Amino acid sequence: MTTIINVPHSLEDKSFEQVLEQVAPLPLDEKIIVDTRHARWASPYGLTALLALAQSRAERPILYVPEADNVSSYWSRMDFFKHAAELYEIQGRVKSAKATETSVLLEVTSISKSDDVHEVVDKIQQRAQDALVKNLNLDAKITMRFTMALSEVCQNIVEHAGRGGWVAVQTYTWRVRLGGRKVVVIAVADPGIGFRKSLESAPGFQRKDRWDDGQALEETVMRGASRFRDPGRGQGLAGVRRFVGNWDGKLSIRSGTARIAVLPKGDWDEDEPLLEDLPYFPGAQVQITIPERVA
Amino acid sequence: MINHIDVSSMLRKSVCELYSNLVTRPTGAAVRCEIEQELDRIGDRALTVIDFSHVGLLDFSCADEIVAKLLLQYVSTDAPRREVYFVFRGISESHMEAIEAVLERHKLALVTQHADGGTRLLGIIGLEERRAWEIISQLGAGAVADVAEATGLSRDAAERMLDTLWRRRLLIRYDDGYVAVGSATTRSEPQRLDA
Repeated sequence: MTTIINVPHSLEDKSFEQVLEQVAPLPLDEKIIVDTRHARWASPYGLTALLALAQSRAERPILYVPEADNVSSYWSRMDFFKHAAELYEIQGRVKSAKATETSVLLEVTSISKSDDVHEVVDKIQQRAQDALVKNLNLDAKITMRFTMALSEVCQNIVEHAGRGGWVAVQTYTWRVRLGGRKVVVIAVADPGIGFRKSLESAPGFQRKDRWDDGQALEETVMRGASRFRDPGRGQGLAGVRRFVGNWDGKLSIRSGTARIAVLPKGDWDEDEPLLEDLPYFPGAQVQITIPERVA
Repeated sequence: MINHIDVSSMLRKSVCELYSNLVTRPTGAAVRCEIEQELDRIGDRALTVIDFSHVGLLDFSCADEIVAKLLLQYVSTDAPRREVYFVFRGISESHMEAIEAVLERHKLALVTQHADGGTRLLGIIGLEERRAWEIISQLGAGAVADVAEATGLSRDAAERMLDTLWRRRLLIRYDDGYVAVGSATTRSEPQRLDA
């Protein structure tokens, strides 16, 4: 049996839940067709999560590519199809990339080992300065800290996921939210063991009365817990939290059936701090959003 | 003698010729091992400058591996492994965030030296201990009596405090006196280490 998974027109962190609602009930070995024909836009989160979705399936899924040329071209520019070709049976006409797209700070990039993190950091440093300082009016100090945050969330894949994942970085303008302000977004997605199983693998781990994906996210993100006994561990995400706090940004991490969000001090986002009982999706999906500074 | 270790060179030597950023824990561990090998060649008693001047990015994992774990091996209030003192140079504002975080996590302190030669303490250290270190640093070299007089502490209390600062390798002890780590790198006192 084959099930068609309809991908919404606008594919980002929240609308990706619609995809997961369709996929989560299906057996892993059931063939699925991921239908993006009507997609008009996808955030870095959407693209990296689509790749993680394919990785999570036992049976190689089919991908119907977007019909709109500009969308297909943009996904090519993001290197999405380059990686998708290894994970999906691709059906439909893929448009080649336009070389002039400047909003892409980092194309969809595979992360599975320490060297991949080095390459991502080297690449982003060359591009981030202009994008963050000139386009988003942010203080020059942000460039290094932004790169540090990117490094830390990529390292989470290498250290904890147990299998490879994806990262992408892009700037874009929000049409509705933030009154048309620009943002820069880092998205990282993997289909690995996730936060809960990572903590459960700690030596001497003892399950609490209430123990689930939400609790595991709270322990890790808010209290710096780690599966390692080494007290030096668990500082990376704490640093990312400080970074988003200092730049009025937002951090959200989804793992298993829960999503935690560190919300901005400003009023540009009205998300819930913790969402539970979401459709199950393996691994971890991280999104960092930093908005343009306005006078 | 004063030894100089360029962390960027250690990175290129131990991990990859092309890298200039200290990111990821395996990279940090490899760089620290390289530094430790250098220290083994130096001997049991030495003052070493750890120079970050040519390092681009330093993330939390690398700061933990290189700075915290290095200090943890050589700095102990119980039984320090060897008499090795460190001065950290070339620490930029962006490095500072990661270094301060790991020092706080492990309750460590270190001496950092600025381009103008001025030194300061970073990390976790009590107010009185900081004051004692600053007195010795301003004097260039000092004895228990100097600190007792300047702080109003009893001689015994001042002696205990200076001993703790020595065990934390923030002061160099010689004969009956002390030199602040950092000030020693710009004066002649480090030669006493070879005595």
